[in-house]
Amino acid sequence: MATTEGTTAPAAAAATIHRRHKSTQAQADARLGLILVAPAVLTIAVIAFYPLIRAIVNSLHKISLRFANQPRPFIGLRNYSDLLHDSRWWNALGVTARVVGVSVAVELVLGMIIALLLNRAFHVRGIVRAAVLIPWALTTVVSAKMWSWIYDARYGVFNDILMKLHIINKPIIWLSRPDLTIWAMIAAEIWKTTPFMALLLLAGLQLIPGDLYEAAAIDGTNGWQNFWKITLPLMKPTILVALLFRTIDAVRIFDLPRVLTNGGPGQTTETLVLYAYNSLFTSLNFGYGSALAVSVFLIVLLVSFFYIKVLGTPTQGARS
Amino acid sequence: MTAPQLAQPAPATATTRARARSRVEGGVRTTLWKQIVFYVLIAIFVLFCVLPFLWTLITSLKSEAEIFSVPIKYLPNPITFEQYSKIFHLVRFNRSLLNSALVAGWATLISLVIGSVCAYALARLTFPGKNFILALVLTIAMFPGIVIVGPLYQQFSNWHLINNYLAFHLFPLALILPNVTFTLPLCIWTLNAFFRDLPLELEESARVDGCTRMQTFMRIVAPLAAPGVFTAAILLFIAAWNEFLFARTFMSEEHNLTATVVIAQFEGADVGTQYPWGQITAASIIITLPLVLIVLLFQLRIISGLTSGAVKG
Repeated sequence: MATTEGTTAPAAAAATIHRRHKSTQAQADARLGLILVAPAVLTIAVIAFYPLIRAIVNSLHKISLRFANQPRPFIGLRNYSDLLHDSRWWNALGVTARVVGVSVAVELVLGMIIALLLNRAFHVRGIVRAAVLIPWALTTVVSAKMWSWIYDARYGVFNDILMKLHIINKPIIWLSRPDLTIWAMIAAEIWKTTPFMALLLLAGLQLIPGDLYEAAAIDGTNGWQNFWKITLPLMKPTILVALLFRTIDAVRIFDLPRVLTNGGPGQTTETLVLYAYNSLFTSLNFGYGSALAVSVFLIVLLVSFFYIKVLGTPTQGARS
Repeated sequence: MTAPQLAQPAPATATTRARARSRVEGGVRTTLWKQIVFYVLIAIFVLFCVLPFLWTLITSLKSEAEIFSVPIKYLPNPITFEQYSKIFHLVRFNRSLLNSALVAGWATLISLVIGSVCAYALARLTFPGKNFILALVLTIAMFPGIVIVGPLYQQFSNWHLINNYLAFHLFPLALILPNVTFTLPLCIWTLNAFFRDLPLELEESARVDGCTRMQTFMRIVAPLAAPGVFTAAILLFIAAWNEFLFARTFMSEEHNLTATVVIAQFEGADVGTQYPWGQITAASIIITLPLVLIVLLFQLRIISGLTSGAVKG
């Protein structure tokens, strides 16, 4: 008893001193931390969050910038109920959903195949890496113009190749046919972003330790079983992060439809963001346009929520 | 009796080991046939990535007549730079390259300064609200620009920043600030992952030697951070250079446009004849070439920068 008292007392004193010393250091750290993040937080608050609040406020009013000095009455959620009855909004939602659904699905599958190939392409990695980054680095606007040229009805190389392969015998006007334009656009989007998807997935693949495959080899499994039992489960966090980023980017798509087709023909390629943009800056309907923009934001939030809550947290998963 | 018993297991084990060795690579036996298929698939993928861009390059090197010849000529004959000379005679095009460089340069610089210290704090220090700030950064990265473009337009109009490059045509604030909304989170995201990967022992030993946090940052971390900052700078510059939505909205006068907007709105010098595909492709190559060069020179850095934030969380 005496010995335990003897040992605990100085130990407790040392612990208290250590704790006090540590908390002063921790306090200094916390202060410095707050100072260092303050500029970034302030910047974000001013140029991102404040405009977001303004946009939401705008969406609750009727604002038309066509004529100066018009009254801007508060109309509550009228813009949003109009939105839900707006067939053009539903069309835009459908277009966006198709673009997102098809391109993300195809990119995931293609990207996975490519990542699996690249994981073992030791000798040609340099060339492949460079090739893969080219679609990524290309400006989206430039890519859109490039595909306009490729899809050109008379002089486009796509029609030419298809005719030479006898798949078609007359040139197709890719960007003017209501049934085909959206698929042409989706194909262009897939071209631009599959390589990036492949890179993300490859990075995830490279984190899987090789011993697992060696152990599986001794157990006598084949490649197909390896893929489903080892690769895919361990890739889950990477796939989720890649899907999250790509889906959100696809929902926000603007440059491609704007430059390739400007929503046409008709509104068959008018995505949500494009409709919101036209509403804001062509029709100058700032109230309704803001509601459209906020609807895009809400959809992005919903999608993120879905991925994070329903399918599992990406950041936690990645670290495990 | 013992001899055959000893003999039998031995060859079986050798075969199993050999089979295991050949299966080590991703679990598939690499026969010659499979290797050929493998490399063919890789080649197809490389062509898939490169061909559309190559076609743009080829088109830009053709004469006007050759571009519009039917049937399509797949190789220019002769190679001519007339499209490039036409493009460089367009004042608004040359100007747009400068404008894009200004916007991207300033956005990158501001984001790096503000973002690097923020990323360091997030990586190494503990303070109240840290997780909240991390979530905040992630949320901003997912913002659709369309949400803020309207209110920003109203605000910038009030401040007379629309179509305004301020003193000496050097400070297009109306474009720099919106670009910062996405380059700043990207910077924090990338550098946070980078700082977390730096070995903790170096900083801890400096602390033991008596350096304050700031001294540690300046003397130990900052020099080590150089490659990470460089990578982040590349990623940010490319992102801002390629930006279109804000560039199109906040600047409309010809001498204020950035390269992306000029390309999107191209009508060309020879209005009235064919659509100026020659000039558009030439302009596309010029706008993209710096990016492609940067990408080719710094592939490894770029890839590690892009993936480290996402994969390692």
